[in-house]
Amino acid sequence: MTAPVVEPPPPLVGTTGSRGQARVAWTMLAPNLLLLGVFLLGPLVWAFLMAFQEKRSFGGGTWSGLDNFARLLGDDVFWRALLNTAVFTAVTVPVGVLLGLGLALLMDKALPGRGVFRTIVYLPIVISSLVTSLIGLLLFDETVGIVNGVLADLGLGAVSWQSDGTLAMASVIVMTLWSRVGFSMVVYIAALQDVDPQVVEAARVDGATPWQTTRRVVVPLLRPTTFFLVLINLIWSFQVFDVVYVMTNGGPGYSTTMLVTYAYDEGFGPARNFGYGATVGVVLFVITVLLTVLQVRRNTRSEV
Amino acid sequence: MSRPVRFLVCLVVAGVFVLPLVAMVVIAFTPRDALLDGGASLWTGRWTLDNFRGLFDQFPVARWFGNALLVASLTTLLSVTVNLLGGYALAKLRFRGRGLVVLVVLATLVVPTQVIMIPQFELVARLGLVGFFWAVILPSASTALGLFLARQFFVGFPDELVEAARVDGCTTFQAFRRVVLPNARPLMAVMTLLAFMTQWNDFLWPLITLRDPDLYTLPVALRLLQTAYDNDYGGIMAMALLSSLPLLVMFVVLQRYFVAGITRSGIR
Repeated sequence: MTAPVVEPPPPLVGTTGSRGQARVAWTMLAPNLLLLGVFLLGPLVWAFLMAFQEKRSFGGGTWSGLDNFARLLGDDVFWRALLNTAVFTAVTVPVGVLLGLGLALLMDKALPGRGVFRTIVYLPIVISSLVTSLIGLLLFDETVGIVNGVLADLGLGAVSWQSDGTLAMASVIVMTLWSRVGFSMVVYIAALQDVDPQVVEAARVDGATPWQTTRRVVVPLLRPTTFFLVLINLIWSFQVFDVVYVMTNGGPGYSTTMLVTYAYDEGFGPARNFGYGATVGVVLFVITVLLTVLQVRRNTRSEV
Repeated sequence: MSRPVRFLVCLVVAGVFVLPLVAMVVIAFTPRDALLDGGASLWTGRWTLDNFRGLFDQFPVARWFGNALLVASLTTLLSVTVNLLGGYALAKLRFRGRGLVVLVVLATLVVPTQVIMIPQFELVARLGLVGFFWAVILPSASTALGLFLARQFFVGFPDELVEAARVDGCTTFQAFRRVVLPNARPLMAVMTLLAFMTQWNDFLWPLITLRDPDLYTLPVALRLLQTAYDNDYGGIMAMALLSSLPLLVMFVVLQRYFVAGITRSGIR
């Protein structure tokens, strides 16, 4: 035996905490809380303060009350960004989750080459959003892009993926789904393995068609997974940045400007308006938290 | 759906999903004049290594690669260590304020990083970290997601194992090190993969804080290349491929752990 035991002997895990255990707990948490506090929570609080400041340089800043928020209300670009973000979210979340579910069901049962199919669908997970966006540009470039090249080969005219607002949004959505669906699929496949085969069998014996079994038995059993995926996709969509920033930079005009890209442009762009950028960010953060809480509450209610 | 039909549908789906990757690889090996001639096409029938040669001739690609490897490895090491410790404390130890800490961690999960970048930058600037790898490593190592994953995993860890160790005279920390950690390999695998992947792929924050081309990581350089090369897709895709290769290889080799990690760590 080495050094004598410093701690009082077994206050077992699960028993009410002794002071010694609390000390160990805080010690184990300390490095993490230090990092989180300094580099995440601190800046978050700071951003909230900046929203009430007229601040255009590092170090400077004067209190300006609700000026930034007043400007926000009358800022057409902000409302456009909010609308764009809502549209982007309303498309990518349901389509992303449903595609994930569909592919998981499709690839759940035995199939030749199933492993390869699955790998191909979730390979985009490891491709960075930057590379995804660059590939997006390569595909949807109006003059030298691959998609328009194929269309030309088929004798069809060029599609204005970059100069038409709606089409630009579509191209951003397509690349987002490409990079995201694989994650939903993996999580659904994992959840499907927990579905009791006897329940499925029982439904079959009762005369349910495979479609009915899936629709009425399997899908309801996957509800916790669906809840998690909707929530995480909701957060990702509402905070979309990289793909838009690289592929369209919010354009043409403001037709793909999102809340985060707008906040970033106001802060780090030529405007250098740190206070206003922070204000947009704070509003975005509050909306995200509200959406999350709403979604969690809706889920708890439907489980009762 | 019958099996042949399902197979066909899968084939089509896989074709669509693999297309963007094929496009990246093909264009990376397509000569520049072929691209300028007829636009990007998946089949020009002409192949070249010039895009890669051009990159290595003009830029310190190996150095950028090494930088990325160093930064991602250090970030991963730091974040996995602190998250394992913290996650265990949050899951298995009882102390006043635990509920509050969990709540705060959950709340930070929804903070968009771009929103706090300005204060974060001001912070690292005041700490004198700008122009050093630490400016990237320290903020990135503090991820609420990793802490949350670790907590979820340890909540499901059997109490009996820990208790047995305690009865044998282990302190809380000894029990953690000798009994809990050796049984947490799947968790460690998925945490490592996630942390490494996130850091390897990050381009915006390192671009803002590193400032010195000698310190750039591969993805930062890729972003700069995009703005500089405009639509020389050959060079861009060659660089994109180089920067994606390590993760693609890692993923294919460690795929089993990756999937198992998602299954077991309770993110579903």
